[in-house]
Amino acid sequence: MKVVENLLDKIRPNFEKGGKLEKYWPVFDSLETFAFVPDHTTSKGAHVRDAIDMKRTMFLVIVAMVPALLFGIYNTGYQHFAALGMEADFLDMILFGLGKVLPLIVVSYGVGLGVEFIFCIIKSHAINEGFLVSGMLIPLIMPVDMPLWMVAIATAFSVVLVKEVFGGTGMNILNVALTARAFLFFAYPTEMSGNKVWISTEGATTVDGYTGETLLSQAIEKGAAFSDVAGQQYGSIAESFMASFIGFIPGSIGETSTLAILIGAAILLWTGIASWRIILFGILGGAAMGLIFNLVGPSISPDNLYLQVPWWHQLVMGGFMFGVVFMATDPVTASQTQTGKIYYGFLIGMLAILIRVVNPAYPEGIMMAILFMNVMAPTIDHYVVQSNVNRRLKRLKTVKTA
Amino acid sequence: MSKAIKIRRGIDIKLVGEAEQKIRNTEPSNVYAVRPDDFFGLTPKLKVKEGEEVKAGTPLFYDKTNEKVVFVSPVSGEVAEVRRGDKRKILEVRILADKEVKHVDFGALAASSSRQEIIDRMLEMGLWPYVKQRPYGIIARPADKPKSIFISAYDSAPLAPSAAFLLKDEKKAFQAGISFLRKLTDGKVYLGVKAGDTFFNDIEGVEKIDISGPHPAGNVGVLIHHTDPINKGEVVWTVGPVSTAIIGRSLTAGKYQSERLVAITGSETREPSFVKSVSGAQIGSLTFGNVKENVNVRYISGNVLTGSKTDPEGFLGFYHNQITLIPEGDKKQFFLTEGWLAPGFSKFSLSKAYPTWLMPGKKYRLDTNLNGEHRAFVVTGELEKVFPFDIYPMQLIKAIMVNDIDAMEKLGIYEVDSEDFALCEFVCTSKIDIQDVVSKGLQDMVKEFASH
Repeated sequence: MKVVENLLDKIRPNFEKGGKLEKYWPVFDSLETFAFVPDHTTSKGAHVRDAIDMKRTMFLVIVAMVPALLFGIYNTGYQHFAALGMEADFLDMILFGLGKVLPLIVVSYGVGLGVEFIFCIIKSHAINEGFLVSGMLIPLIMPVDMPLWMVAIATAFSVVLVKEVFGGTGMNILNVALTARAFLFFAYPTEMSGNKVWISTEGATTVDGYTGETLLSQAIEKGAAFSDVAGQQYGSIAESFMASFIGFIPGSIGETSTLAILIGAAILLWTGIASWRIILFGILGGAAMGLIFNLVGPSISPDNLYLQVPWWHQLVMGGFMFGVVFMATDPVTASQTQTGKIYYGFLIGMLAILIRVVNPAYPEGIMMAILFMNVMAPTIDHYVVQSNVNRRLKRLKTVKTA
Repeated sequence: MSKAIKIRRGIDIKLVGEAEQKIRNTEPSNVYAVRPDDFFGLTPKLKVKEGEEVKAGTPLFYDKTNEKVVFVSPVSGEVAEVRRGDKRKILEVRILADKEVKHVDFGALAASSSRQEIIDRMLEMGLWPYVKQRPYGIIARPADKPKSIFISAYDSAPLAPSAAFLLKDEKKAFQAGISFLRKLTDGKVYLGVKAGDTFFNDIEGVEKIDISGPHPAGNVGVLIHHTDPINKGEVVWTVGPVSTAIIGRSLTAGKYQSERLVAITGSETREPSFVKSVSGAQIGSLTFGNVKENVNVRYISGNVLTGSKTDPEGFLGFYHNQITLIPEGDKKQFFLTEGWLAPGFSKFSLSKAYPTWLMPGKKYRLDTNLNGEHRAFVVTGELEKVFPFDIYPMQLIKAIMVNDIDAMEKLGIYEVDSEDFALCEFVCTSKIDIQDVVSKGLQDMVKEFASH
């Protein structure tokens, strides 16, 4: 450590005011503060401060995503070999998955951090930790064969237009990672939706009956009569539920395993980093919408089998859980009041299922639901805060009349 | 029958170095000082020149907005120096003390005096600055008629001394102070006491309120908010328990006597204990021979959350009865061994991201490191956990940051003082100096309504 400290001290003058590399101070500063918590002491206000800081907070979010990432890597390989009908052992699957997922992670971090560094150098701001989380989220919500250059464009677009122009981390209105996905969804729909993109088959011959459909698109035609990768129908609905709960279904890299996501949720909730209100009410909202469809579906539109997919099965399909746990809980873009978070979470859950079922053009309802509620969150907060203001005004009135 | 308030939102920061209930003898200080910065929002005007002889009770300076509010010398001696800062701002008026204290004799005030007589005498004797007001947390305006008066005799801040010990020989003076203060309002005098504290049971003329829960339960702002909250246009006055005793004692004797017990606390104190002192005493004289020497020490007049940074050459604050000595955190921490990625068993955090929750009884030796860098607000919901008011702290802070007077008013700035936000500042992941922000907001409000 002393070695690192001495090295940093030695090159520091180059980056300080008047040094040759003065412009690159934010880069030096970010590296130095990464390696060492600085010796800044409190100058005003409270003399002691809580040990928590942004770096540890963001790091814990990444830790929470690791189970979903690892399962995603495994599932990428599993689906690939299942689709081709090839025998493969665990190591093959992992290696194949790594080969697909690692480049996405590298591109996402490389481009995102690159853009962030450039902006911070131009504006001579300190570099924030925010993108550490966004950079991991982006690969996890991509289809496995997404061309890397598209990921690069989407990441750059999202970081610049959604974050930097608003003033950087903490100032953005929309979730950065989700905007990257939405950008690709609308700009390159063929790479982002349909049946061909979720499993990497690399043009090889697939097994008979293979369609590559996700449960979301299967449900449009067949309701809850789901089939697995090889086109075999699941024996029972409990079986398809378990397959998608554990995560052996096609889908975006990190979103398939509800189990892995719930492990992450447990970490986020236990450390208090994510709001339990958003997660709980998000799930309740999704369940409620699913239940409503289950109840009224058979009478109003008996042909639409999607309405009859059991509400508890809806929750483990597609990106619903991933969105509710990792995206909706982004504190910057969510409601900021505790009461507001309840409405915010509930509406995200409801809208996600509503969009998914009613508008088959957008099978991934959760993405739209969260982005829409990102925009609505300040309005929710406004009304929550206003009710507090009114309470205070009412108190004043009762005093005056008393 | 006494009311009770139970606070849930807050946190007790458990520190090493609580003062033992014994009094340590120290040599009296040679130099004393009165510092205008101890009084929030004050613009002072000098009344004395360097070299002048003063007695205990001689005015040194007064409030520019109200000439009658004077600030007096705590001891007799010679005005040694008027220390000034940028733009000739007065920082300290230093008094070189005599061996024997000579007091100005104002004459004893009868218990039967009228409201105006009490106010006039308090102003004259320099006792008035002990009375503060909400809104704004400034010194009370003598012309106001407060809705009620609040005294919180429960200091819940880290390592704060108990009021019962501070006042153990001063009960009569405290009662006398209450009896005078009672006449200043048509409403009630509320006395907040720690639930289970029997010391104040026989105090008369107050509405007693039992308070329990973690800090900031003992803050007078919390007491006000949960008993008789302030509305726009209303004024309440607040007085500290020790200040009440000083007022009672001084008015009864006709002499300005600011003697008090001061707790010397904190992990860098050899023998955490009490000393007898006077406001404005030099810190070094109070802590002499009682400071551990192996590290850089942060001297704080007051507690670790709201106290002011000082040093051995500095002076005890006007309202303070506690000095805290903690280590400076001026060392870099490698991220894996002691920094942000270390397990952090010696670190204290409200968040479960550190293992504090594993060791609920542990007392900590915390230093002054910021433990991170300044950031924009990112995390939400953490301030609310330590802010027991029906007020949205983050929204109010943001309103202050953009100087939106109208929003500040609507969001409840009249009810709070910067000290109520001390724990918000402590827990803030983005390391924003929240108390400073709130102080600025209060100053803006005072300016905005100065003409009213």
